[in-house]
Amino acid sequence: MDSTMARDPAGWETGTSDWRRLSRRMLLVHPVKEVIRFFPALIAIVVAGSSGGQNWWGLAGAGLAIALGVLRWFTTSYRFTPDQVQLRRGLITKNTVSAPIDRVRSVDVTASVLHRALGLAEVRIGTGAGEKQLRLDGLTAAEAAALRGDLLHRAAVEAPEAGAAESESVPTGEAVGVEDAPGASYETETVVYQLNPAWIRYAPFGPAGLIAAAAILGVGNHFLNESGLGWGPHSVITDATNHLERLGVVVAVLAVLVVALVVVVVLALAGYLLAFHGFRLSRDSRGGTYHVSRGLLTTRATSLEIRRMRGVTVHRAVPLRWVGGARLQAITTGVKEDGHGMSTTLTPPSPAAVVERTADAVLGEDAFARPLQRHGAAATRRRYTRAIGSACVPAIVLGVVAVAVDLPQLWVAAVVVLLLGALLGRSRAHWLGHAVTDRFLITRSGSIAMSTNVIERRGAVGVTVRRSFFQRRAGVATVGLATAAGAKEYPVLDVPQAEVGKLAAQIVPGHVEQFLR
Amino acid sequence: MELRSPAQLVSTRARTMWAVQGVVLTLVLIIAGIAVEWTVSGLAGWWVPLGIAVIAVVFVVGALIVPSVRYRVHRWEVTDDAVYTQRGLITIEQRIAPISRVQTVDTERGALSRIFGLSTVTVTTASAKGELRIEGLDRQVAEQVVHDLTVVTAASKGDAT
Repeated sequence: MDSTMARDPAGWETGTSDWRRLSRRMLLVHPVKEVIRFFPALIAIVVAGSSGGQNWWGLAGAGLAIALGVLRWFTTSYRFTPDQVQLRRGLITKNTVSAPIDRVRSVDVTASVLHRALGLAEVRIGTGAGEKQLRLDGLTAAEAAALRGDLLHRAAVEAPEAGAAESESVPTGEAVGVEDAPGASYETETVVYQLNPAWIRYAPFGPAGLIAAAAILGVGNHFLNESGLGWGPHSVITDATNHLERLGVVVAVLAVLVVALVVVVVLALAGYLLAFHGFRLSRDSRGGTYHVSRGLLTTRATSLEIRRMRGVTVHRAVPLRWVGGARLQAITTGVKEDGHGMSTTLTPPSPAAVVERTADAVLGEDAFARPLQRHGAAATRRRYTRAIGSACVPAIVLGVVAVAVDLPQLWVAAVVVLLLGALLGRSRAHWLGHAVTDRFLITRSGSIAMSTNVIERRGAVGVTVRRSFFQRRAGVATVGLATAAGAKEYPVLDVPQAEVGKLAAQIVPGHVEQFLR
Repeated sequence: MELRSPAQLVSTRARTMWAVQGVVLTLVLIIAGIAVEWTVSGLAGWWVPLGIAVIAVVFVVGALIVPSVRYRVHRWEVTDDAVYTQRGLITIEQRIAPISRVQTVDTERGALSRIFGLSTVTVTTASAKGELRIEGLDRQVAEQVVHDLTVVTAASKGDAT
């Protein structure tokens, strides 16, 4: 009991079994939040005076919400027992949630602007992918940071390292630097990646920028059609009564496109800044975790357990690749995805060299320096036939339309489509490759969305050899590494027949040899 | 160094079962065709031979070709330390999983396979895409496979990820 108390973070010195309340400053957060939510009603009261009876209902609602928020503070308490974190809440129905400390998988610290102004943070304790998180909304930033470090260490290390954890100093009281990055100041951390503010230049080329661009183009197109400026039969553009008017429309369309472009860039920059400002990836060797802290207004500190990591993926999708950028993601088991891949992001869009260096540091091996093995002529031929084959469909359609409408320009378009197909095939053949090292399988494929996966071979739970009809004819097979982590299967496309057995045996060594002849 | 096919074939009754499935599909199509013929009057002349041709192709492929191809492709092998399966038709897929990585072993018997005394054994690993299925095993053989795998899996340590 004594030893657990000694290892408790600062502030729990009263003992491990006492129920504690969240920070008193949360009493300020709830009213402010409710006031913001009821802001429209309050404005209405100020503007309309006391004439409208309805507005007072709004005020009463706000008052009630504030009262409930305050009540929530009084009815929420938590405690740490030697082996559990417990959260108790509810006025009439008492509801206690417990999380065993040795099952703690993640401790995330989030601080909104309001939280940060008051020096507070929200701590979310996760015990596994499928389970509900335990939320402690409203610890002081120092408490949150200390708690985070302590919980992760306790969860990660068993008896042998516990002594070391005790002797090392745990931040006490007002820990330094935690205001800006909750949970980021731990002494055993080594920084692996620190965002350079200039890298924001990659923002418009990253996935977020592209999604924004697509959305704006879609909306813009819709707007053009709706307003009669579009390409329909009765639109202004086809209305040839006035050449000047036509010119005006073209200028207007160009202006709209330029404005849209500016908006996309601004949105992408803002998004990058909000999500990734101050992005830092650090390795905590004592806790066995990687820590990510990031965010401009709302700051977040999240962690990834090293023992659950099975490798990394370097994404080099097209617009980002053209400007020399890349981004890094972790391949891990048991991580609940938030839909944006944020929980496994190891670096935001950054220079490719920096990303590869970070990847090598994370992997502990120079995986990106080594040349990849090519897949041979059959694989290259298949890249071309598949890319040109799929380009044939639109090309033929264009050709047919060209004949039907008697518009020879469309022939040019058809040829351009075929050429693009050939270029795509060339690019896909260029990037295709794989390598096997002592610890990893490295597999690279794709063209527009090119990515390199580096997966730990000990993470393989099986191997899959797949041959389609055409692959059998070409004498190649797709060899896949099945794993519990990330995408669940990492395929190596079109491996030559002669090397299939060898690669399969490298993926699950000791088990495949008996099936070779 | 080439990967050979797994040693064991599935039960010959599986071939019969797949053929019966093809025949049933053909019968369903014939009934549907007759129903259309009756309800839609004034069907253009070439629709009827076309329908008959399609049904004939379905019969030949589904009841004659596919069962024997599947019977040749669907193979399996369980050794002391690994499970190896091969299945597919147009795309052929071979899967090997070390027994130490096996998480669950299920058997499944549908209505038709019960008539033929057959079982499907599904071996799952920690990867959602690494499932191994052996269709059309003789019931006794399936029970033996499940028993063997369960014994070995229970003996191995770790959480198989």
